[in-house]
This record gives sequence, C-alpha cells and structure tokens, in this order.
Amino acid sequence: MSAAGAVLRVDHLTMRFGGLVAVNDLSFTAARGEITALIGPNGAGKTTVFNCITGFYKATEGRMALQFGSAALWRELEPLTQRGLRSHERADGSLFLLERMPDFLVTQQARVARTFQNIRLFPGMTVLENLLVAQHNALMRASGWSILGILRLPVYGRAEGAAIEKARLWLDRIGLTDRADDPAGALAYGAQRRLEIARAMCTEPVLLCLDEPAAGLNPRESAELGDYLIAIRDQFACSILLIEHDMTVVMEISDHIIVLDHGVKIADGMPEAVRNDQKVIAAYLGVDDREVEKVGAEVGL
Amino acid sequence: MPDAAITPASGVDVVRALRSAALAGLIAFGLFLPLIGFQTVQNMSNQLVLETRWPLLFALVAIIAGLRFLQDLVITPWLERRAARVRPGPTDAAGLRAQLARWLPPFALGFVILYPMLALALTGSQGALKWIDNFGVQILIYVMLGWGLNIVVGLAGLLDLGYVAFYAVGAYSYALFAKFGLPFITLLPSYPFLEFDHIHLGPWAFWVLLPISGLLAAFWGLLLGFPVLRLRGDYLAIVTLAFGEIIRLVLINWVALTNGYAGVASIPRPTFFGIPFTAADDGFAAIFGLEFSPIYRTIFLYYLILALALLTAALTLRLRRLPVGRAWDALREDEIACRSLGINTRNTKLTAFSLGAMIGGMAGAFFAGRQGFISPESFTFTESAVIVAMVVLGGMGSQIGVALAAVVMIGGTEMMRDLDVLKSVFGADFDATQYRMLLFGFAMVLIMIWKPRGLITTRRPSVFLKERKAVSGALVREGQG
Repeated sequence: MSAAGAVLRVDHLTMRFGGLVAVNDLSFTAARGEITALIGPNGAGKTTVFNCITGFYKATEGRMALQFGSAALWRELEPLTQRGLRSHERADGSLFLLERMPDFLVTQQARVARTFQNIRLFPGMTVLENLLVAQHNALMRASGWSILGILRLPVYGRAEGAAIEKARLWLDRIGLTDRADDPAGALAYGAQRRLEIARAMCTEPVLLCLDEPAAGLNPRESAELGDYLIAIRDQFACSILLIEHDMTVVMEISDHIIVLDHGVKIADGMPEAVRNDQKVIAAYLGVDDREVEKVGAEVGL
Repeated sequence: MPDAAITPASGVDVVRALRSAALAGLIAFGLFLPLIGFQTVQNMSNQLVLETRWPLLFALVAIIAGLRFLQDLVITPWLERRAARVRPGPTDAAGLRAQLARWLPPFALGFVILYPMLALALTGSQGALKWIDNFGVQILIYVMLGWGLNIVVGLAGLLDLGYVAFYAVGAYSYALFAKFGLPFITLLPSYPFLEFDHIHLGPWAFWVLLPISGLLAAFWGLLLGFPVLRLRGDYLAIVTLAFGEIIRLVLINWVALTNGYAGVASIPRPTFFGIPFTAADDGFAAIFGLEFSPIYRTIFLYYLILALALLTAALTLRLRRLPVGRAWDALREDEIACRSLGINTRNTKLTAFSLGAMIGGMAGAFFAGRQGFISPESFTFTESAVIVAMVVLGGMGSQIGVALAAVVMIGGTEMMRDLDVLKSVFGADFDATQYRMLLFGFAMVLIMIWKPRGLITTRRPSVFLKERKAVSGALVREGQG
C-alpha cells in the first residue's frame, strides 16, 4: 500500500516499561477510509499501541504520523521530522507527528478519537451531556471562552443548539434518543458501548481508535456493531483502527489486519491471508516448542 | 415473617439483649476509663494530681448498657413491627420532594431578603444587631465561601483543604491596600527611572479593592494550581493543606508587612457607595436624615454580602450550563475520558481552582472590611475544614445543600453561644461553644449514617432534550482529586 493513501503511519514504534518491552519496533500503515484491525493474543501490546498513538503513553522510540486533507502533505514528513516541530498545517491539509503531542491535542488538533477497553463514560451525566462534552472545544470557542456565554449572547445559544442537534443525530443513529435525558451510568452495557463510540464520533475524528468495542456484546449486538462501524467508515470519511478479539466481527468488517504477538508484528495483510497464516494460528492456538521451530522453518523465520 | 415480630419477647430475646448490653457496657467502660475515669487537677501547691471519678464513670456505663438493653428488647422489635405493618404502596414522597425542590429556592430567597426587617420588627433595634450581624452576615460569609469551594470540590472534584489561604489573601489584600493605599509605579525620564507611590482610595476603597482582592486571590490560586494540579486525590489534599499553612505562617512571620500575630487593625470600613457610616455630618445617617445608629451599617453589610453571595450563585449556575462547567463535571466523573475527548484538563482544573480562589478572596475582603481587624488567628486550618465540611454535608455540587449546611453549622455554632438553658443543666461555668467541635463531629457521624452523600444527593443535568430529570447521586462520582 502506498503511503499516499495512508491516514496513519507508524514507524519503528517501541514502548518499554522499565525492562519490559511491550511493543518492539512496530511499523504499519492504516489506510484512509478503511477499517484496520489490530489483533493478537492477550498481552500482545495492542492497547499499548493505542495508548502511544493517542498520546496517553510517551513512546520510547518511533514515529507516528497522521495526515488529513491533501495527500501531498506526506511529502513533508521527513522535513517535519527533521525540523523537530509537532505539525505542518496548510490550507489544504495537515500533517501531525503524534509522538510529539500531549494526549488532548491528539484529539483536539490531529483529530484522533478513541474508546476504552473498560468503558469510560461520564456515568453521572446524562447521555446528551456526554455527547456535548465531546464537542467541548467547538463550544468553548463559540462561548468566547465562557465570556460571551456568561453574557448570554445569542452566538453561544446558536452554537449550543447546533451541538444538541448533532448529538440528537447520533442518538437517532444508535437508537438512544428516548434515553437522552437519562444518566449514562444507567444504560445497559451494549448501549454504553454504542454511546461511547458516538461520543468519540462527536469530536469529528479522521481516525477512530476502538479498543475492543464488541467485548461483552451478544452475537446480535456484535452484528449490529459491525454494520454501525461500516456505516461510520462509509458515511463520515472516517478511518477506523480496531482492536478486537471477536474474530467474526474482525473478519467480517476489516479491510486490513495486523497481528501482534509479544509486541512484535507477525502478520499484516488482507483478512483471508491473515486467517490462513501459520504464525497467526500458532500465536493464537499455541503449539509446542518443536512445532514452533517446524512452523518457523516452513514460513521461513 | 411479620408474625414472628409480633410475638412477645421470649427468654431467649432477654438473654440476647442482656449479652449485647454487657458488651456495650464493656466497650463504654474501655472508652470512658481514660476519658472520664481519670482527671488531672492542680492542687493548692500547683502540682498536677490524678483524681478518679468512679461514680460518674459507672453511671455513664450503666446508662449506655441500659439504653442498649432497651433498644434490643423494646425499640428494635417495635420498629420492625411498624415496618411490617406499613405496606410499601404508591407514595407521593417523590412528588413532594420535587415540589420542595421547586419552591424552596424562591422561598429561601424571599426570606433572606426580608430577614433584616423581620429581625428589626421582632427584636427591636438593639436585639436585631445581634441577629443580623452574628447570624445573617456570619452565615452569608460562609455561604459565599461554601459556594466558592463548591466549584472546586463539588463540581470539578478537586479536594482543596487549604481554601482558607485564598480567604486570607483576599482579607489581607483589602486590609493593607485600604489602610496604606494602593501602590503604583511611575516611570521617570531620568534616574532612578521608577518612582513608587501610594494612592489612597478614601471612601471608595472597598469598591475598588473588592475586585482587586479577588483577582489577587485568583492569581495565587493559579500560582498554586500550576505545580499541584497534576496531583490527584490524597496527594492534592495534602499539598493544598500545606499551602494553607504556608500562607498562615507567612502572615505570622512577615511582621514588617502584616504585623504578625498582632494583626492589622482599624481597617477602613465599606461605605455606602462613598458615604461612610459615621455620626459625622457627611455620614449616612445625617445625609438621609436619620438618627445615627450602628444598625444601618450592619443592615448594609448584610445586603452587601447577600449580593456577593447571590452573584457567586448566579455565576456558578451560569457557568454550569456553559462548556466549561460541563467540563468540570466531566473532569470529576472521569479525567482520562476528558483527555480522550480533547479537553485540556490542566486549564480546566485551573479555571475551577482560580475561580474558587477569586470568590474566596472577595469573601475575605468583605470579612476584613466588616471586622475592621484581622489577624492570622482567623485563617487557621479549622476554617478550611469547616468550609469543606459544609460542601460535603450539603451534598457535592448542590448549591442549596451547601447553603443549608452553612445555616445549620454556622447558625448552630452561634446559637450555642447563648444557650443559657444549658448553663442551668451543667452549671454556671459551662460554655457550650467549647463543645462545638464535639457536636460537629457528632453531626458528621450522623450524616455519614443517614445521608452518606450529603443533604442533597441528586445532580441536576445542565441540558436536556425532552425533560430535565435529576440524576441519582448513586451514579455521580466524587472525583479523585
């Protein structure tokens, strides 16, 4: 895949916690408008990769570049890396080096949104409030950093009305319009998962990072989730990076799959190719040591 | 089984009650032996001698054991029987509560506005002074402080145990600037290029210095906030507590500026928009053709602090509906989720912290102007603890709750000052205020048992699509700092 079609490029990402190497020299590309799945056994380092991309961890080494707008901006990648700046922004698009940005700017400027493995909603706030908090930065600007808002100027009222309208659209989409005024903590598990994704989408991301969105869902809900993600991909020009254990969902909706094991990439390709990859099967199902050597020899390791 | 509860007490019950009474007596004995059993007194030659008070000790232990016995044998079965009899049916308790929540704020507002007139009408000019000043003004200062801290603790979920520091900064800012003038610098064309001078503000001092005191306190809030707001939970509480102590120690030791323990005296008092409350010809009473009386100043101070407190409340209510207020709520609920949504959590915390500090500083300026004298004594940790207790007692984030808690706690303390009834029970040298902290602790224990989340437990959403439903306190988080 050429870099021009990429939304995210990760080069030689390494994350160490003391002596533990959680991610080791990982490079991959997530293509624009595609669903890229990041899979692997427990402890493979998938969530660590997410935390590095979204700025929650400071990567030990490596470069993570995100681009939107004109693909020509990718040509600025090397100069930008040399200059030591965070981003290169032009009228026709922007290029960001995520490892140089604090977590909130990754969302605010580079437009990467994420969800969490253990849902992190604001349980004591209503469903609608959750979706409005996600539009904080836009509303903050409209309220003149609260000054126009305190004075009750109509500028802010209009902006808030638009924000509520946008929230309502998302509520319609996830079927929670009737629960808009209930606290998020009172929703059923599946609804909380959907709400967390909708909340992330309210930040208007170009890349949505989902950490095990199907965990704890029943088969019907999982199937609905798949459709929901495909709709997000197709309607909102939003690329998706997905960590998931539910292989039915992964194989169904992914355009591209990357497999991690012990912090190292062991496979990278189309779903069919990955499904039949011997190393992937070995990593998931486990084999005894002699067979690992044999399989290793077969695949030329 | 309701039937079992109706059967009269059997021998087994009596034995069980006796056993628990004996246990309660034993615990009481262990607790009270050092507290009440022994007493140190000075004898004639100024030596400390140990005295014992066995009768009192055993009387107390007997009372406790007896009460426990009574509770187990009579009160608990009676309560159970009553609970079994009352069928849980469709009650309108929720509706009643909604009605109360609807009508309490306007009613309370009307009452506080009419309060000085009521006090005057009921107790006359002399008695009213005490009721308006000791109760009204005193409580309203704490209501304002409670509402200020409520932004920090109740909304943003940052536990600040050193809030009194900002109160002190505001009070000293007003006291020193009002007394010695506002310093300013003039640029000179020749050496030494700078000239320091003071501008005396005269009768307008309070009105000019009120916002300045607030801004200075907010500035100190920012200064403290920058390094410490990365801390969370207990660590934040410890650092803010230390900050409160540092400010107090600086006030004590920087004698050249603050006059140390002796404090700052004869601070200019607030004026009625430039007209002083004096007996002079240009005083308030003379200009308005009234007979001079200290009551006018007191009434004016009452309405001043009422206006300041209401301003605080209005500001908070407005901010809660703005993105910054929702971000405070969100910050209290889940800081990591906030960051994942692109919210600058450091700035959001700083706004809450410095806004709270500003309100504390303005309350401090009022306090200095009302007292006319301040010293570091007024800004001890106890004050911070009282304000935090008000916020917790009131229910985190609820303005009405905090105001109620302030009325109960401060009003209760003031009430205890002159309860002569208690003197007739405990003897002439009994001073009820000395038991204030004890009662304080007792009230906190009761609240922990009955209302662990404060008086008002529900959270009002800032925005709604169809109808505004209160969020149950069980879902609202308290924040981790």
